[in-house]
Amino acid sequence: METQTIKNKETTTKVTERISGSEAVVRCLIEEGVKILYGYPGGAIMPVYDELYKFQDQIHHVLARHEQGATHAAQGYARISGDVGVAIATSGPGATNLITGIADAQIDSTPMVCITGQVASHLLGSDAFQETDIVGISSPVTKWNCQITKASDIPKILAKAFYIAKSGRPGPVLVDITKDAQFEEFDFSYEKCTKVRSYNPVPKIDATAIEAAAALINAAKKPLIVWGQGVILSAAEQAFKAVVEKAGIPAAWTILGASALPTSHPLNVGMVGMHGNYAPNILTNECDLLIAIGMRFDDRVTGNLETYAKQAKVIHFEIDPAEIDKNVKSDIAVLGDAKESLAQLLPLLNENKHTDWHQQFKDLYAIEYEKVIQYDLHPTKEGLTMGEVIHQINIQSKGDAAIVTDVGQHQMVACRYAEFNKTKSNITSGGLGTMGFGLPAAIGAKMAAPEREVVSISGDGGYQMTIQELGTIFQQKAAVKVVVLNNDFLGMVRQWQQLFFDKRYASTEMINPNFVAIAEGYYLKARKVTKREELADAVNEMMESKEAYFLEVCVEKEGNVFPMIPSGASVSDIRLS
Amino acid sequence: MNTEKQLFTVSIYTENNIGLLNRISAIFQRRHINIESLNTSPSEIEGVSRFTIVVNITEENMKKIIGQIEKQVEVIKAYYHYDEDTIYQESCIFKMKSDLLFEERQIQNIIKDNNARIVTVNKEFFVIEKSGRKEEVDLIYSELKPFGILQFTRSGRISVSKQPMEISQMLAAFN
Repeated sequence: METQTIKNKETTTKVTERISGSEAVVRCLIEEGVKILYGYPGGAIMPVYDELYKFQDQIHHVLARHEQGATHAAQGYARISGDVGVAIATSGPGATNLITGIADAQIDSTPMVCITGQVASHLLGSDAFQETDIVGISSPVTKWNCQITKASDIPKILAKAFYIAKSGRPGPVLVDITKDAQFEEFDFSYEKCTKVRSYNPVPKIDATAIEAAAALINAAKKPLIVWGQGVILSAAEQAFKAVVEKAGIPAAWTILGASALPTSHPLNVGMVGMHGNYAPNILTNECDLLIAIGMRFDDRVTGNLETYAKQAKVIHFEIDPAEIDKNVKSDIAVLGDAKESLAQLLPLLNENKHTDWHQQFKDLYAIEYEKVIQYDLHPTKEGLTMGEVIHQINIQSKGDAAIVTDVGQHQMVACRYAEFNKTKSNITSGGLGTMGFGLPAAIGAKMAAPEREVVSISGDGGYQMTIQELGTIFQQKAAVKVVVLNNDFLGMVRQWQQLFFDKRYASTEMINPNFVAIAEGYYLKARKVTKREELADAVNEMMESKEAYFLEVCVEKEGNVFPMIPSGASVSDIRLS
Repeated sequence: MNTEKQLFTVSIYTENNIGLLNRISAIFQRRHINIESLNTSPSEIEGVSRFTIVVNITEENMKKIIGQIEKQVEVIKAYYHYDEDTIYQESCIFKMKSDLLFEERQIQNIIKDNNARIVTVNKEFFVIEKSGRKEEVDLIYSELKPFGILQFTRSGRISVSKQPMEISQMLAAFN
């Protein structure tokens, strides 16, 4: 009885302590469970860095080599862990350098909190040294943002920032803190945010919509599921698999949905979209029911909307009401969290096999295999293909690696051919298509999941956009495996120039440096492969390495990625050559 | 659904936040939608602001825009209305030379016929105020113009809907 009373007293009395705003920032991060954050110091954020120094046994700050690298690392961290990634930078250029990563996180729904220092509040608007209106600049690319000028606002605003970043459809939040607010002392106490008036992150599921969806699914003869990252973000993988299996529906994925269902699953029919698989693209325009789950009908997925799945009824499972009917009109919209919606849907579904319909996918896969895949994965002609490198990584990782890609040809090839056994294994920049994303994102991924094999795959172009993060790899001893598929071209643009601009290769040829020497300059083990015979051994050496490892593979210079839906064409006009 | 462009009045209830105007106007700007008029003010609920925006777009576009507006964390609720579903007004003021009041008797009639009023008169100038629908403001403007207007300004539309919007209930549900 006695202890009971004391306990009650403790929980009801708010404990406050007089501390500085900068200490409060770090204490808030610790309260939110942040173990690692990525950033770069500078004048306006120095008080917070001083506290990070004091709290270094509780929270690990990773010094990136550029603020953009810090955001991508935070994104990689968030994507593999499902937790909020945190990046921190100073005012002015430090803050503006975060923008690319923030925009990437916004369009790919990645939970991230960015903290920026700001000039002292009395200097705001005076064009002070390193002053920039980062709240104004970042507002179109953040889910929410806010400037703090009083220390006492720090706990409440940061709690709100974490809540907004993570809840509902996740996204990036930026909090800008003036230097005087960092120095100011106040009575600190922390309470997590659990709701924000005016913000309804997860719409309530409408049972009648679920019933209507089930009725359509049960009646469909040729249903096709297209799933996206929503399945991963709501941790719906199990419920999703159960729905797919019970209803026997072929399921295809958008690039960000990859790995939510294992690649080897018999009902996984591959990727949709511009460089997706032949069968799901063609059959999108033949299905009688299109079931979209946690995806947003990006133009790279749909091609020409005028001819996209016009024959089919459409069910859209989605957490963000603004996505409903934005690009593709749905017959039934099921708003809400995917995990819960699918769990409610499951018992209403009839067991089904759709054997004939599934056979159509197999037949088209056979065509794609014969025309494209066999040459990509098992080439006989001279010159290494990107596909065979991915194939070799599959063999040696047994499909357990997390593959982090950059943007371009290698990305499409990696996503097409990488084998994924586990969810959250494909980390890439989908919506924004940010070259330079891969290498720093891989650092974040490896640090969030040190037990996993993390393989960064980049092209020679994107790699050089954030190549400086090799320094972060070295300093952090992050055992990332770094693969560069080098064709001495900006390959995807070159492919378009070849196909649509009569081979006028305007500024796409790259005269590259000695990549091995650069990696060795950062004290990384490094190797270069130019011949097919060396590939397996080199990949093996890389995978066996306990430390970071750099592998450059020189691939054929003018290889193209097929299949391909030309820009603006219909999904069923997908080309195999 | 009507696929023609038409005038819609958008009513947005929001938290009172500095950056929100920026976020909301960006939604229109990104899609090249010209804002015909925009007004922000306190609403009937303490601490809640109200935006009244008039745009000329298709209804399909309007619906998408409402979705994007409601997606903003600090927007409580957004609605769009056809003109016939709202009671709306705008207001305007004219500054004119005081001599005209004595030299041009017609001006007094214009003021009376348009249900406008004189706000102030001094030796140099006088000020006329008129509230009403857009056409009414256009009309008095065209009638006064020949006499020489020193300054003219008109407000954006403000409106109330005929149907209840039930923001208070919504806020109660959030809490």
